[in-house]
Amino acid sequence: MIYFDLLFGFLKVGLFAFGGAYGAIPLIRDVVLSYGWIDDDMLAYMIAVSESTPGPIMVNLATYVGSSQAGLPGALIATAAVVLPSFVIVLLVMLLLKKLLKNPCAQAVLRGLKPCVAGIILATGVHMILQRCVGSPGAFSADATASAMTAALAGVYFGSRKLLKNGLSPIGLIGLSAVAGLLIYGWR
Amino acid sequence: MSLLLQLFTTFFKIGLFTFGGGYAMISLIADACVEKKQWITHDEMMDITVIAESTPGPIAINCATYVGYRQKGLAGAIASTLGIVLPSFCIIFLISTFLDHFLEIAWIAHAFMGVRLAVGILILDAALKMIGKMQKKPLPRAIAGCSFIIMLLADAFALRVSSIGLMLAAAAVSIAVFLAGCRSGREGAGR
Repeated sequence: MIYFDLLFGFLKVGLFAFGGAYGAIPLIRDVVLSYGWIDDDMLAYMIAVSESTPGPIMVNLATYVGSSQAGLPGALIATAAVVLPSFVIVLLVMLLLKKLLKNPCAQAVLRGLKPCVAGIILATGVHMILQRCVGSPGAFSADATASAMTAALAGVYFGSRKLLKNGLSPIGLIGLSAVAGLLIYGWR
Repeated sequence: MSLLLQLFTTFFKIGLFTFGGGYAMISLIADACVEKKQWITHDEMMDITVIAESTPGPIAINCATYVGYRQKGLAGAIASTLGIVLPSFCIIFLISTFLDHFLEIAWIAHAFMGVRLAVGILILDAALKMIGKMQKKPLPRAIAGCSFIIMLLADAFALRVSSIGLMLAAAAVSIAVFLAGCRSGREGAGR
C-alpha cells in the first residue's frame, strides 16, 4: 500500500539523513527510484523547487513526493515520517543520553558515517552531471549544449564564490540556470 | 500570549522566511531564541549545533525540538516542530498540485531544462564542502573515496546498492579500526 511505502520509505530517510539537507538527497533518490515513484529528471526539478522555497530541503522533498504520489494524506505521512526520527532522537539525547554523543564509540561511528555520506553525495552529484552531459555507459550520448551550459554555470558559480565575498547563492544559480535554459533551449 | 503559542509562532516565522535550509536557519534561530526571546543561552546554542550535526535529520528540526522541549516539555517540542514544518508544508503542497501542469508549458519546460543542470552543480558543491570539513586523515579519506567509487559505479550501471547499507558498512569499519586502536594502545601501555 502506498501509505505504508511512503511511511517506511521516509522513516528510513529521516533516520539515516546525516550531513544536512544534501545528505538526504541520495537516500530520497534511493527510495523514489526503487519504488518507481519519480525519475531523475522530476527529482532534479523537485530539488530545485525545494531549494527555492523556504524551509528545510529534506522536509520539502518529502512533502513533495508524498503529495505527488498520494495527495494530501501522502504529503502528511511522508512529512511526518521524515521529521519523526530526528524529533525522537533529539528528545532521547536530551533526556537520557546526554553523554552518549561524547562516548568514544559513538564518536567512532560518526567518524565513519560522515566521510561515507560525503562520498555518496559526491557520487550523486557527479552522476547527475555526467548523465546530462555524456549519458550513461549503457546509453552513451554526448550532449554538447548541456556540457557547455554546465561548464559555464559551474564556472560562474564556483568562480563568483571564490572571488567575491557574497558570491552567487544557490537560489541565484537556479535563477541563472532557468534564464539560460529559457534562452538556449527556447531559442533553438 | 501563552508560551506554547509563542514557540509555535516564532518557529513558524523562521520556517516561513528561511531559504536554503540548514545552516541559514541556525543563524535565524540563534537570533530569535538567544537574543530576542532569551529562551536559551549561547552555550546551549553551541550544544544544539553539535547535537544537530551528530544526529540525523534536518538541522532546523533538531533545533526546534530542543528549544521547545527546554521551554515547555513535550508539548513545547511538538509546538515548535510543527511551527517550523508547517509553512513549507503548505507552500510545497500547493506547488506540487500544479507543477506537473506547469511543466507542460513550453517556456517553463525550457527553463527547467536549465535548472536540471544547476541541481547537479549544487549537489557537487555540498559534497565538496563536506569533504573540505573532513579530517585530513587516511581513514576518512579512504572511506569517502571507496563510498564515492562504489556509488558512482552503482549509479552508472544501474546496480542496486543501498546508501544505508554503505553507511552501516562505513560505521562498522570505523568502529573496528577504533576498537583495534584501543586494544593495541592498551597492549602498548601494558608492555
